[in-house]
Amino acid sequence: MDGIQGLIDGFAIAASPENLLWAFIGVLAGTMVGVLPGIGPALTIALLLPITYTVEPEAALIMFAGIYYGAMYGGSTTSILLNTPGESGSMMTAIEGNKMARSGRAAAALATAAIGSFVAGTIATLALAFAAPYVVNIAIGLGPADYLALMVVAFMTVGALLGGSVARGFASVALGLVIGLIGIDGQSGAARFTFGIPRLLDGIDTVVVIVALFAMSEAIYLAAKMRPGKPAVMQLKGQAWMTREDWRRSWPAWLRGTAIGWPLGAVPVGGSEIPTFLSYATERRLTKHPEEFGHGAIEGVAGPEATNNANAAGALMPLLTLGLPTSATAAVMLVAFQQYGIQPGPLLLENEPDLVWGLVAALLIGNAMLLVLNLPLVGLWAKVLNVPTPYLYAGIVTFSMLGAYSINNSVFDVFVLLAVGALGYLMKQYGYPIAPLIIGAILGPLAETQLRRALAISDGDASALVSTPFTIAAYALVVVVIAVPRLMRRWEHKTAEEIGVLDEFERLEHHS
Amino acid sequence: MTITTIVVGYSPAPQSEAALRRAVEEAQHHGARIVVVNGATGDRYADVSFATDENLAAVHDLLRDSGVEHEVQQQVRGRDGAEEVLAAAEDVGADLIVIGLRRRSAVGKLLMGSTAQRILLGAHCDVLAVKP
Repeated sequence: MDGIQGLIDGFAIAASPENLLWAFIGVLAGTMVGVLPGIGPALTIALLLPITYTVEPEAALIMFAGIYYGAMYGGSTTSILLNTPGESGSMMTAIEGNKMARSGRAAAALATAAIGSFVAGTIATLALAFAAPYVVNIAIGLGPADYLALMVVAFMTVGALLGGSVARGFASVALGLVIGLIGIDGQSGAARFTFGIPRLLDGIDTVVVIVALFAMSEAIYLAAKMRPGKPAVMQLKGQAWMTREDWRRSWPAWLRGTAIGWPLGAVPVGGSEIPTFLSYATERRLTKHPEEFGHGAIEGVAGPEATNNANAAGALMPLLTLGLPTSATAAVMLVAFQQYGIQPGPLLLENEPDLVWGLVAALLIGNAMLLVLNLPLVGLWAKVLNVPTPYLYAGIVTFSMLGAYSINNSVFDVFVLLAVGALGYLMKQYGYPIAPLIIGAILGPLAETQLRRALAISDGDASALVSTPFTIAAYALVVVVIAVPRLMRRWEHKTAEEIGVLDEFERLEHHS
Repeated sequence: MTITTIVVGYSPAPQSEAALRRAVEEAQHHGARIVVVNGATGDRYADVSFATDENLAAVHDLLRDSGVEHEVQQQVRGRDGAEEVLAAAEDVGADLIVIGLRRRSAVGKLLMGSTAQRILLGAHCDVLAVKP
């Protein structure tokens, strides 16, 4: 089914009132969640997974994807107004955006962020729609050894590129693999890591792990370290809008940001920090106003914001075509697919074309809704930040416990939630990244299945794992990836130093 | 009665500006000193009642031009505006508290609380409530 025809059919599905309503709820929730620091789209989708019990697949997935996109829009609002990134992808926006806000140009910063996000999201989603059939054709030729190689690449990249150090990232992936292994092994019937507790024979539900790591650990961490700090003050007067000069400087940055964000979203670089940094560095090099960088240059907001939205659309590509999540949020959406018994992968486009094209079309509509929500109503979102955090986190913790209980109607899951939450707090405290753990926990069992399949096909011959060109290329990439983070970090720091924003950058790096 | 110390509850809003100006008049009349108090709980990401450095600089300028002896306090200790004002009044032994009043409906007071009401009821000295 080729792109244009599929997209037209998709619009027919997405334009139904029910799906439009779900898209609207999704983008609304996503923006709100993006605006609030400490809560992200992955957590929100995880908490909302119980709706998959009663709602149609298209509607639920449209809502979840809407949350993903919405969070990318909302994160820029806090970054610009409060210098606190709402999402990790909005870190770079905070550097220039907040400086613009302080010099009274908050309206322009917010406008360029919203419009840039719209432009990037639209282009990237269309690219997703047209490229998906081609990628699927390639993906069909992949065997178990190739899938295993892909997942190993994902583990390695996510482990190496996130967190304070490579060792910590890998430790986090390893912990995730262990948690994913708990339970009865499907093929041999052996109980693994259950410690004789019958409840653990089913394993630990990934939803519990995600909610615990994102919500409970954040709540405990905030409670442990939060002292009353100087609250920031809103710098916004009126609506978001831009002058002609701002437009002229922004639109090339939007296009460059999209070009950087979309391909990098499709490969496992573990989220949007690296693409947005690349976008910022590119804008810095190509700008005609270099003296403004570090003091509020509009390209420094336009580029990274376009990048993080294109990144979100790009992340959907491997999710839908290969079944490989490249970020924590994509991993949760994979779980959502599995709740319906749908396995994303090359056959998804064959078996469920309505679902995929409906989703893509709904994302385009959702993008437009987000533009309308974010330009005139940005003052409303800014008001969300006036909620006292104790009330906010009380609500989040309540929802989390309810969510954990509702999975199996068992109190044991709530205890698991608390235990994993405590683990997550310790990880946060000592600088271990959380996203690799989740990717390890979700992909671990899948990787194991593929490994066993590959070995079964080759009758136990381990060299089958590196026999195809794809696997050789993938494992070579792994070696490169392990060497790259050190260089990346040094380059990041050097560039930040050059621009003179090193202090800002380091502060933001440790914040997220 | 003699008034030697006046505490002003301040936030960046029109009614508080009016309260500050009225307090300056009273201070000049009685030869008293002014203590301006701006408190915030610090448990939110953004607080509308928190005075920025520019606000406080403007307050300093106003008080300096008026010639009264003054002090400006801004504390973020987990206590809200009303508690800070009352605590400061206790500490400095204020004879008069000056606050700004704005209209709030009964439901508004129920949902959002009324700082002015708590100061009025909790103060140990006279309270002057100023309309903008």
